[in-house]
Amino acid sequence: MAAMLQAIGGASPSVAFSDHYNKSSVSSIRSFPVIRSDARSSSGSIHGSFKPGKIITKATATQTESSASAASKPGHELLMFEALREGLEEEMDRDPRVCVFGEDVGHYGGSYKVTKGLAQKYGDLRVLDTPIAENSFTGMAVGAAMTGLRPVVEGMNMGFLLLAFNQISDNCGMLHYTSGGQFTIPTVIRGPGGVGRQLGAEHSQRLESYFQSIPGIQLVACSTVYNAKGLMKAAIRSENPVVLFEHVLLYNLKERIPDEEYVLSLEEAEMVRPGEHITILTYSRMRYHVMQAAKTLVNKGYDPEVIDIRSLKPFDLYTIGNSVKKTHRVLIVEECMRTGGIGASLTAAINENFHDYLDAPIVCLSSQDVPTPYAGTLEEWTVVQPSQIVAAVEQLCK
Amino acid sequence: MAQLTRRTTDLLKPFSAALSSTRLLTTTSTNPITVETSLPFTGHRIDPPSRTVETTPQELMSFFRDMALMRRMEIAADSLYKAKLIRGFCHLYDGQEAVAVGMEAAITKKDCIITAYRDHCIFIGRGGTLLQCFSELMGRKDGCSKGKGGSMHFYKKENGFYGGHGIVGAQVPLGCGLAFAQKYSKDENVTFAMYGDGAANQGQLFEALNMAALWDLPAILVCENNHYGMGTAEWRAAKSPSYYKRGDYVPGLKVDGMDAFAVKQACKFAKEHALKNGPIILEMDTYRYHGHSMSDPGSTYRTRDEISGVRQERDPVERIRKLVLSHDLATEKELKDIEKEVRKKVDEAIAQAKESPMPDPSELFTNVYVKGYGVEAFGADRKELKAVLP
Repeated sequence: MAAMLQAIGGASPSVAFSDHYNKSSVSSIRSFPVIRSDARSSSGSIHGSFKPGKIITKATATQTESSASAASKPGHELLMFEALREGLEEEMDRDPRVCVFGEDVGHYGGSYKVTKGLAQKYGDLRVLDTPIAENSFTGMAVGAAMTGLRPVVEGMNMGFLLLAFNQISDNCGMLHYTSGGQFTIPTVIRGPGGVGRQLGAEHSQRLESYFQSIPGIQLVACSTVYNAKGLMKAAIRSENPVVLFEHVLLYNLKERIPDEEYVLSLEEAEMVRPGEHITILTYSRMRYHVMQAAKTLVNKGYDPEVIDIRSLKPFDLYTIGNSVKKTHRVLIVEECMRTGGIGASLTAAINENFHDYLDAPIVCLSSQDVPTPYAGTLEEWTVVQPSQIVAAVEQLCK
Repeated sequence: MAQLTRRTTDLLKPFSAALSSTRLLTTTSTNPITVETSLPFTGHRIDPPSRTVETTPQELMSFFRDMALMRRMEIAADSLYKAKLIRGFCHLYDGQEAVAVGMEAAITKKDCIITAYRDHCIFIGRGGTLLQCFSELMGRKDGCSKGKGGSMHFYKKENGFYGGHGIVGAQVPLGCGLAFAQKYSKDENVTFAMYGDGAANQGQLFEALNMAALWDLPAILVCENNHYGMGTAEWRAAKSPSYYKRGDYVPGLKVDGMDAFAVKQACKFAKEHALKNGPIILEMDTYRYHGHSMSDPGSTYRTRDEISGVRQERDPVERIRKLVLSHDLATEKELKDIEKEVRKKVDEAIAQAKESPMPDPSELFTNVYVKGYGVEAFGADRKELKAVLP
């Protein structure tokens, strides 16, 4: 396969320009360095010391695959919030520039226990308890990142980050560009979002739709324990600002993960279940609704291909495209709002790029465009249910 | 009048020619001169520093030269804007040069400065070249941000200049973040986070101040109070226009921002304070002759008499000129020559900047992301093979 390179800045391609830049941009891509984990000696606390380690980049992993390749090391079982903590801790050990900012992350241990024990280990300055001032502590994280620190900002609930929207969009996302490349902003902004637990409208927000048009940031959503740890590590190591979306209902998910260190790619989607009849694209908690629906569908004789897109910005159109070319039908199941959500952008991107391969219009099942109600039954119906997924597949595959 | 008396004293001294040559030598000497600031400092929860400032002839002349350069640069930017070579927003700093120059004299390049959009002169003070400045203003490739930032986004990382920010007040939390990083790495430097009287009413400023005071960050918040937030006078926007007192539990100092030596003294004092005790607020009482930006005539909310009054009584360049003349460091003619030389430098830089090409179209997509980690997805037909870490 010829390695012809296109200099598109990591975003979905803008068709009008792609031909123009093929020739001129090859050299600029080749000169970008690949991050390495060499044994650089620590010259000072700010400059970091890297331990050489065996790192495996694996885009996808099913349970069987990881255990088969690591037969001698069966791995260990843990909950998702523990996996996030493990990833964070490994990165903080590896690089002294990594620090954590957030409300109640230090002494309290984090409202979802993701940072439990870290303040006792690393001190109050590295795991910083901030006052309730999202706008300014996100700004502080960006300022610290401009000098070379690698802060991880925790929003206690994703919805609170709306207060920091200006800092995330203008300073996080755009400073690398407006400074002509002088500054990199290697921040990670993470937090739980999503519907569940009857938290009410203001605490059940899904911000991926608001952030998706900000140029310069990457959005990833983790869904399993395995990819939570891998994506957390990758996000911290990335030189770009990354927003990591976690889900309130998934924190107590238990899974077995490998003992050895692994880092996942921030831009790749995960093939959850290969199939032939229809491509179902999903992310975060909806993956589990889809898998539940898939069981029903298999019993009914359908063979759905389920892909967890993981990377919400940029979309992994390569994996998605290969799947569309195989199955010719797409169903998107997401927890985002219907209007202007991730599904809306994904529909547009697939239509633009793979229109010839589609046998049916793309169907997008998203949450209803309503503030999330408190009552349990109503809350259940704001998000997509497995029965709706089954019905949609049957409709599409007619 | 001063001219006449000098001529007569020259006549009385037969070695006048020799004297003028020794005068040139004194401009590079480092014999201390003592100068009094125009006004005493006012402190809030702190004992203000003394009015007496030590300086040298070299420093005095460099102040004059730098301020004349900045003044000339801003006026040249004015004409370039009117000639439509600079587009968008252009916020000019003339009248406020003493803050930029005085601050530089008190600190090193390892200290960080971050400011809002009125950043051209601070960029020059931090070591930016005129060519980089004008190229960036005209959107050319040789600009400090490769032409992609514009007037409001000047940066110079290696000299500790962190910009250049368009959103009012957003740079103050960033400044506290810089101070946090300085404390984290224990490198005994400070951060000057500058903002205007308009931004002083932003909530994020008080949030950042609270955090800086809580953790003893070496942050110095500098309010450049030019008395107008675009078209709104400070008394119409702030219930309490004493910005140096607004920190409440954070000490503050009010400084005459048109006097470069007062600014220098205050910044030196603030740096020592911040390294030991945490944040401090400096309010620089200054004035801008131009409107808020080039789209604002600047005369609808203030009278021309007010502007010319300030220009006559408090102009920072004039103040230094009078000091230079009274300490006999140069003659009127020599100062005029310096101004002519500065004008020539600015004109040359503009001519060179005009020659600089516009950025390459491919630059539209560069610097959006930093590449290099894991697999790089270029879109639907990714042709790059998976990158494996060593």
